[in-house]
Amino acid sequence: MCFQQKMIHSLFLINCSGDIFLEKHWKSVVSQSVCDYFFEAQEKAIDVENVPPVISTPHHYLISIYRDKIFFVSVIQTEVPPLFVIEFLHRVADTFQDYFGECSETAIKDNVVIVYELLEEMLDNGFPLATESNILKELIKPPTILRSVVNSITGSSNVGDTLPTGQLSNIPWRRAGVKYTNNEAYFDVIEEIDAIIDKSGSTVFAEIQGVIDSCIKLSGMPDLSLSFMNPRLLDDVSFHPCIRFKRWESERVLSFIPPDGNFRLISYRVSSQNLVAIPVYVKHMISFKENTSSGRFDVTIGPKQNMGKTVEGVVMTVHMPKAVLNMNLTATQGSYTFDPVTKVLTWDVGKITPQKLPNLKGMVNLQSGAPKPEENPSLNIQFKIQQLAISGLKVNRLDMYGEKYKPFKGVKYITKAGKFQVRT
Amino acid sequence: MEQNSTMLGKIIEVSCTIKSALKGKNFDVTLKPYLTVEEKRFAAAGDPCGCMEQYFTLNEDLKQMLESSKDSAKLDAMKRIVGMIAKGKNASELFPAVVKNVASKNIEIKKLVYVYLMRYAEEQQDLALLSISTFQRALKDPNQLIRASALRVLSSIRVPIIVPIMMLAIKEASSDLSPYVRKNAAHAIQKLYSLDPEQKEMLIEVIEKLLKDRSTLVAGSVVMAFEEVCPDRIDLIHKNYRKLCNLLVDVEEWGQVVIIHMLTRYARTQFVSPWKVDEVVDEYNENNFYESDEEQKEKDQKLKTTYTMDPDHRLLLRNTKPLLQSRNAAVVMAVAQLYWHLAPKSEAGIVSKSLVRLLRSNREVQYIVLQNIATMSIQRKGMFEPYLKSFYVRSTDPTMIKTLKLEILTNLANEANISTLLREFQTYVKSQDKQFAAATIQAIGRCATNITEVTDTCLNGLVCLLSNRDEIVVAESVVVIKKLLQTQPAHHGEIIKHMAKLLDNITVPVARASILWLIGEYCERVPKIAPDVLRKAAKNFTNEDDLVKLQILNLGAKLYLTNSKQTKLLTQYVLNLGKYDQSYDIRDRTRFIRQLIVPNEKSGALSKYAKKIFLAQKPAPLLESPFKDRDHFQLGTLSHTLNSRATGYLELSDWPEVAPDPSVRNVDVAETAKEWTGILSKPKMEKPTEKFYSESEEEEDESASTSSSGSGSDSESEKEDKEEGSTDESSGSSSPSEESTDSESDSRESAAKKTCRAVNESDSEDIKKKAEGVSKKRSTSSSSDTEYTSSDESSTGSKSESDSKSDSESGKCRNATSNKKEEKPVQDRKTPKNQDMFLLDLDDFCPVTTPVAVPRAAVLSPSLAADLEGLSLSSSSVIDVTTQVSVPTKTHELLHRMSGKGLAAHYHFSRQPGIFGDHMVPVQVTVTNTTDQKIENIHIGDKKLPPGIRMHEFNPIECLEPGGSFTATMGIDFCDSTQTASFQLCTKDDQFNVNIQPPVGELLLPVTMSEKDFKKEQGMLTGMNETSATIAVAPQNSARLVIIDRVVKAANLGVVPSGQDNIHRFAAKTVHSGSLMLVTVELKESSTAQLIINTEKTVIGSVLLRELKPVLSQGNSSHASVYIKCRCLIRSGE
Repeated sequence: MCFQQKMIHSLFLINCSGDIFLEKHWKSVVSQSVCDYFFEAQEKAIDVENVPPVISTPHHYLISIYRDKIFFVSVIQTEVPPLFVIEFLHRVADTFQDYFGECSETAIKDNVVIVYELLEEMLDNGFPLATESNILKELIKPPTILRSVVNSITGSSNVGDTLPTGQLSNIPWRRAGVKYTNNEAYFDVIEEIDAIIDKSGSTVFAEIQGVIDSCIKLSGMPDLSLSFMNPRLLDDVSFHPCIRFKRWESERVLSFIPPDGNFRLISYRVSSQNLVAIPVYVKHMISFKENTSSGRFDVTIGPKQNMGKTVEGVVMTVHMPKAVLNMNLTATQGSYTFDPVTKVLTWDVGKITPQKLPNLKGMVNLQSGAPKPEENPSLNIQFKIQQLAISGLKVNRLDMYGEKYKPFKGVKYITKAGKFQVRT
Repeated sequence: MEQNSTMLGKIIEVSCTIKSALKGKNFDVTLKPYLTVEEKRFAAAGDPCGCMEQYFTLNEDLKQMLESSKDSAKLDAMKRIVGMIAKGKNASELFPAVVKNVASKNIEIKKLVYVYLMRYAEEQQDLALLSISTFQRALKDPNQLIRASALRVLSSIRVPIIVPIMMLAIKEASSDLSPYVRKNAAHAIQKLYSLDPEQKEMLIEVIEKLLKDRSTLVAGSVVMAFEEVCPDRIDLIHKNYRKLCNLLVDVEEWGQVVIIHMLTRYARTQFVSPWKVDEVVDEYNENNFYESDEEQKEKDQKLKTTYTMDPDHRLLLRNTKPLLQSRNAAVVMAVAQLYWHLAPKSEAGIVSKSLVRLLRSNREVQYIVLQNIATMSIQRKGMFEPYLKSFYVRSTDPTMIKTLKLEILTNLANEANISTLLREFQTYVKSQDKQFAAATIQAIGRCATNITEVTDTCLNGLVCLLSNRDEIVVAESVVVIKKLLQTQPAHHGEIIKHMAKLLDNITVPVARASILWLIGEYCERVPKIAPDVLRKAAKNFTNEDDLVKLQILNLGAKLYLTNSKQTKLLTQYVLNLGKYDQSYDIRDRTRFIRQLIVPNEKSGALSKYAKKIFLAQKPAPLLESPFKDRDHFQLGTLSHTLNSRATGYLELSDWPEVAPDPSVRNVDVAETAKEWTGILSKPKMEKPTEKFYSESEEEEDESASTSSSGSGSDSESEKEDKEEGSTDESSGSSSPSEESTDSESDSRESAAKKTCRAVNESDSEDIKKKAEGVSKKRSTSSSSDTEYTSSDESSTGSKSESDSKSDSESGKCRNATSNKKEEKPVQDRKTPKNQDMFLLDLDDFCPVTTPVAVPRAAVLSPSLAADLEGLSLSSSSVIDVTTQVSVPTKTHELLHRMSGKGLAAHYHFSRQPGIFGDHMVPVQVTVTNTTDQKIENIHIGDKKLPPGIRMHEFNPIECLEPGGSFTATMGIDFCDSTQTASFQLCTKDDQFNVNIQPPVGELLLPVTMSEKDFKKEQGMLTGMNETSATIAVAPQNSARLVIIDRVVKAANLGVVPSGQDNIHRFAAKTVHSGSLMLVTVELKESSTAQLIINTEKTVIGSVLLRELKPVLSQGNSSHASVYIKCRCLIRSGE
C-alpha cells in the first residue's frame, strides 16, 4: 500500500530517563520501537540540547521538541514542513502548561484523561483542528481542585456541555458570553536586551526584543485599540491573529478584539539603527596559572545608564572550564554556588547600589596536571529593571469600543536581560 | 491458567530475543505493544502467575463497572481505560463492554468511548460495526458539533467494510450548512483515501466541490485534502486561485501553511519567471543593491520592457506579505519560501527580517530556520548581510545551532566584513566546545579560499593554531592548511617544514595523513626533510591507522620517484610491511604501487608514466558549503532539512517558458448571477442574499483596482493609468490580461447592479468595441455580452499596442479561448457552483448557528422557489432591500465658500440604494458657484482613503456658471466603518481638501421582512451579537409614529410590521458586507424603553446604539428639557 499519510501520525512523550510515558495515535498504531531511533540519536548527541529535531528512520520521520524535561516525539510518514510540526508540538506543550500550570511528567500523568481529550481535539487525522486556548477551554474545562471535588461527588464531567461558538464565528480566538464584575485590561511591556560584550567592554552586538503580554478580563465583545507615543521604534513586529493588520499598516495602531485571559499581543524588535543603552558593566579579571594549577577570579558588576532606575535581580552564571575542580570565593554581596559536576558558577547578586559595587573574588582550583584552560569562560548576566522600557517605547492610550462599561487599564514596563553575555 | 501463563512467558521470551536482535540493526520492529508492557510487569513482579491473575481480574473489574447503570462508574472505568491506552497497554479485550456505551447520553463517556473506538476499531472490525448505526444517527443530529464529531469518529474507524457508508457521509457533509461540518468532511476525505485509495475519483469530486467553498474554516482543510489525494490535479485550483489568495489572511494559521505551499507549486506552473528580467537588472546595478526601493523600481521599469508580472502572480505575492507578521513560525517560513521561489529577486529581501526574528524562538525553530537561511545565503548574500550580527554565536547555544550560524556567517563573508568576522572567529576557535572550534577552523579555511585578500592572513592564523594545546583544533587546522596550500603552494616551504615537525606530536589520524600527503606532494620543496619524515613514519608503520598507512605508502612512492637514491630502501621496507598488512586495502595499494614504481622486466608500459601519475598537478579541493546544493529542494520542506527526498515530496516545477492561458482563473460571476432565478428551484438553498456576490466583488475589485498604498507595483500603476484614461505612457507595455481582469470586474459589477450600463468606466471607446462584440455574438445574455466585450477589448487593445510579441500572442490566445471556450461550457460549469454559494451565504448569515434545526424541506418547498423566481436580483427570499423610508434633509458642509475661493459644496445622504454597485453609500454633492466667474472642470482629485475604502467619483462638471449650482451623485464604500474619506475637490485652478464622514446610520440599507423572520434572525444573533441599553423615553416620543419617524431619520432602517404596540422593530443590512442589523425598541412602563440591536457587526451595532439613544431619549432635546422644566415648575407650584 503506497498511499500517502500526511502530517502527524503519532505522538510519544518521553522523559529524561528514556521512559515513554504517554502515546497517542491519530491513525493506525505505530509501535513504540520507533522511538529506538530517537534514543540512538539522543545517545549520540550527549547533550539533550543537541538532539536533532528531525530524524530520519527507514519508514518514518521523527520530529521532536524538548520542553520542560520532556521530549515530544512525533512520528511523521511523509513530506511536511518541519516547522509546522514543531510549532504545533510547542502549541501542545503551551496548552498543557496553560491547563495544568506546568508541563511536567507528573502533571501529564495525573491528568491523562484531559491530556487525551485535548490531543483529540487539537488534532484530527494528524491535522491541527482547534489550537486556540479559548476554544479548547470551552470544549474541555481545565481542572481545578474545586471542580475535581465537585465532579467526584456529582459525577459531572470536565467536558463542556456548551458548544464553543468561537470556533464557528469569525473571531475564533474569543469565547462568547464573557462576564466579569471587575473589568480590567493589563499590558506588560517587557523588553529584553540581547547583547554580546567583548573582553574590552565594548558592545559587539546588542538588540532589543520586546513583547507585550496582555491580561484582559473584559466582559462582552470589547474592541480595543492601543496606540503608542513612538510606534516608529518598532522595527519588526509579529502579531497575535486578533490584530487587524491593515490598521497597523496605515495608522500604526493596534486594533483588536482580544482573546479572554492571558495572551501575547505582539512581539517586536526595535530597529537596529537605535543604539542600545547597556544598563550594566562588568569588570573582570580571570586568569589560570599553568604550573600551580590554580587561578584567580575577580568580577565586579556596576550600573551604567540606567536612567535613574535600580538594576535588580542580578544573577551571574558562568560555565567554568572542565579543568576547574573547585572555587573558593568571597562575595561582597549576595551568595554564590559552584556545582563541581556541571562546573556552573552561579552568583545571585540581587540589587546593585552604585555606592558599593558587588564584587566576587577568590581562587580557582584546577585539576592538577591538566593543561590550563585555553579560554576564559563567558559570563551570562541576568538583571531586571522595573518601570522602564529601555527602547523608550511608550503606550499612549487604550480605547475601548463596543462595550459601555469603563474598564480598569494598566500598563507595566520591565526591562530584562535576554541573552546577555560578556566575553572575558 | 497456569498453562496460559507459561505460554505467554515463552512468547515474551521469544519476542525479547527478537527485539534485542533487531534493535542493533536498525529495523523498524513492529511488535504488539502489550508485550513490552507485559515484560515490564513480569520484571517488576517476578511472579508471573499472580501478576497475570491480577491483570485479568483488573479487567473484569472494569467490565463490571462498564456494565453498571451508574454513569459515574462507567466514567471511572473509561478514564482508567484511556489511561491504559495512553501508556500503550492493551485494552482490546474490553471492546465489547466499551462499545455498548457508544450511545451513552453522557457527553464525557461518549467522548472517551470515541477515543477507545478510534484506537481499537481496526483490530476488532466485526464488533466495531455495532457502533456504526449510532454514528449514522448522529450524522443527522440538528447540532452541528454532534454531526461533526460523528463524522470525525466514523471516518477514523479504519474498517474497510464501512467505506461506502463513509463515502455517503462525506458527500452529505460536504454540502452541510455548517462550515464546521464541511471542514470535518474535508478531513474525512483524507482518512477515507488512506483507507481505500480506490475511492479517489469520487473523492476528487467532493474536493472539487469543497474547493469552491468560501468559508475560511474549510479552505485550509480542503487544500490539505487536495494535496494528499490529487496534488497533480492543478486544474482544480484555477477557478479558486483568486479566492484562495484573498481568503488567505483570514484562514487559520495551520491552513495558511498548507495553502501557501500549494500555491507556491501552483504558481510555478502557471506564471513565467520574473527572474529573467532580474538578471538584467542585477547586472545593471549590482553594486547598489540597497538603494531605495523607488529607485530600484524606476530602473526596473526602464528595463522591464518585455516582462510584466501576471496580476494573479502579483496578487499572490501581495496577499501573502502580511503573513510575515504571523506569530506562527511555520507561516512565516511558508511565506519566506514562497517569496524565495516566486518573487522577483529584488523583492525577496523583505522576508529576511522576519526570518531573523524567528531566531529568538525555540531551539527547534532556530534549527530549521537557520538551515533555510544557510541555503538562501549561498545564493543571495545580500538578503542577510544587514543582519550579519544576528548570527553571532553565543557560548550558550547548542552545538547544532552554533555550527549552522557559523555556516551562515561564512556564506556572508565578503571583502568588506571579513576582518570583523575573522576577529569574531578568533573567539570561536577558543571555544570550550571543541567540535565547534573545529568547525570554525573549517570556516576560516573557506573564507580564505573565497576571499583572496585574506588568504595569507588566514593561513598565518591557522599556522598559529598549530601550536594549540588541543589536538582536535590542531588536527583540523592541519587538514585545512593542507587544502589551502594546495591552492597556492608556491611559497609555503616554511609552513610545510613547520608541519613536518608537528608530526611527532599529533596523533589524530586525519591530521597525520594530511601532513604526510603534503610532504609527499611537495617533497621537492623540502628535499632534506622529506626522507627523514619517511624514515620516522616507516619506523612506526605498524601502529598507524589505515588512513595514515596509505599516506605513508604514497609518500614512499613519491619520494622513490623523485629521490630514489636516499629513499629506495626505505620505500621497499614500507612496501614490504604493507604487503603483509591486515587490511586488504593496504595490501592492494602496496601491490599497485610496487608494480608501478619499481622497474622490472614484467612491468608494463605504465611504469614509464609513474612520475606523471603520482606527481600530477592535482586540482585544489573546493571548500564548499554543505548547503550548496540543497536548493533543489523546496525551502521549508522536510526534504530540505534532511537533504534527501522524503516520501511524498512534491517537486517544484521549473517556470514554464510561456505562461499557460491566464484566463482559466477568471471567475465569471456575472453569468452566475444571471442564473439565479433558475437555480432557485434547486433544493438546499434557502435565503440567498447578496452577500456572497458583494463580498467577492469587493475582493476582486480590491485586487484589480489600484491600491494606493506604497506597495503598489508597476503593473498596478499601469492599470491606474488606464482607468483614469490618461495618455501618459510611462511604460510602453500593457498586458492584456490585466485589462481583461479590469473590464471583467467591471462587467461583474454592472451585472450585479442589474443596470444596463455595461461598462461604465471605460467610456466611449469601450462602447464602440462592445458594439462590435455584440454584433458578432448577439445571441447570449447581456451579462455574457459584457464578457465578450472584455475579451474583445483586450485583444484589440493588445493589437493596437502590439510592440511586443508576447502581448499580441497572449491576446490572440485569449481571443480564441473567449470565443470558443466561454460560450457554453462556462454556463454549464457554473451550475453546481451556485448551489454552493447559496449554502455559504446562509452560513455567513448566521454564523453562530446554535442548534439550527432548520426544517429544510419546509423552506425549500418547490412552490416557494417558484414564487421567488420573479424576484429581483438583489433580493432574497426572506429579506428584501426596500427603498428608503425617509430621506434625511440634513445636509453637511463639504466645502465652505470662503475656504473654497467661492466654490461651496454640500453633501447629503440620498439613501438611494445601489446606484454604484452594492457597497457604495450614495452621497449627493451639491456644488454652488458663489463667485462671479465661471468655474471650470470641477472634479475629484487625489484621494486619501483608509484601506479598503473605495470611492466612485462623479463625472467632472465641465463648467459652472456664476451663481449656478449642480448636484452630482457619488458613491463611497465605507467598508462598514465610520472612517473618514478624505479627497480633493479640484477645479481647473485649485484643489481643496475635503472629507466626508458618514453617520453610522447611513451605512445601512433598509430591508423589509416579516415579524416572524425578524424574530428568527434575531434568535440567531444573540449572545455576543446583541447589544442593548435601557433608555428613558420622553412621553411625547412614545407614540408609534414618532418613534418610527425618529429612528428612521437617524438611521436608514426599514420598518418591520409589529403585532404589538409597545414593540417596534427595524431592520437593515450593512451596505458593504450585507450583515443584518436588527433594531428593537421595546417600550416599558414608566417612560423607559429597551433598545436592542442584534448584528454580527458588533462595532457598528454599538455605535448605532449610542447614536439612537439620544434620538429616542430626548428626541428634540430642547423640547424635552423644556418639558421637564415645566413639570418641575408644576411640582414646585404645588
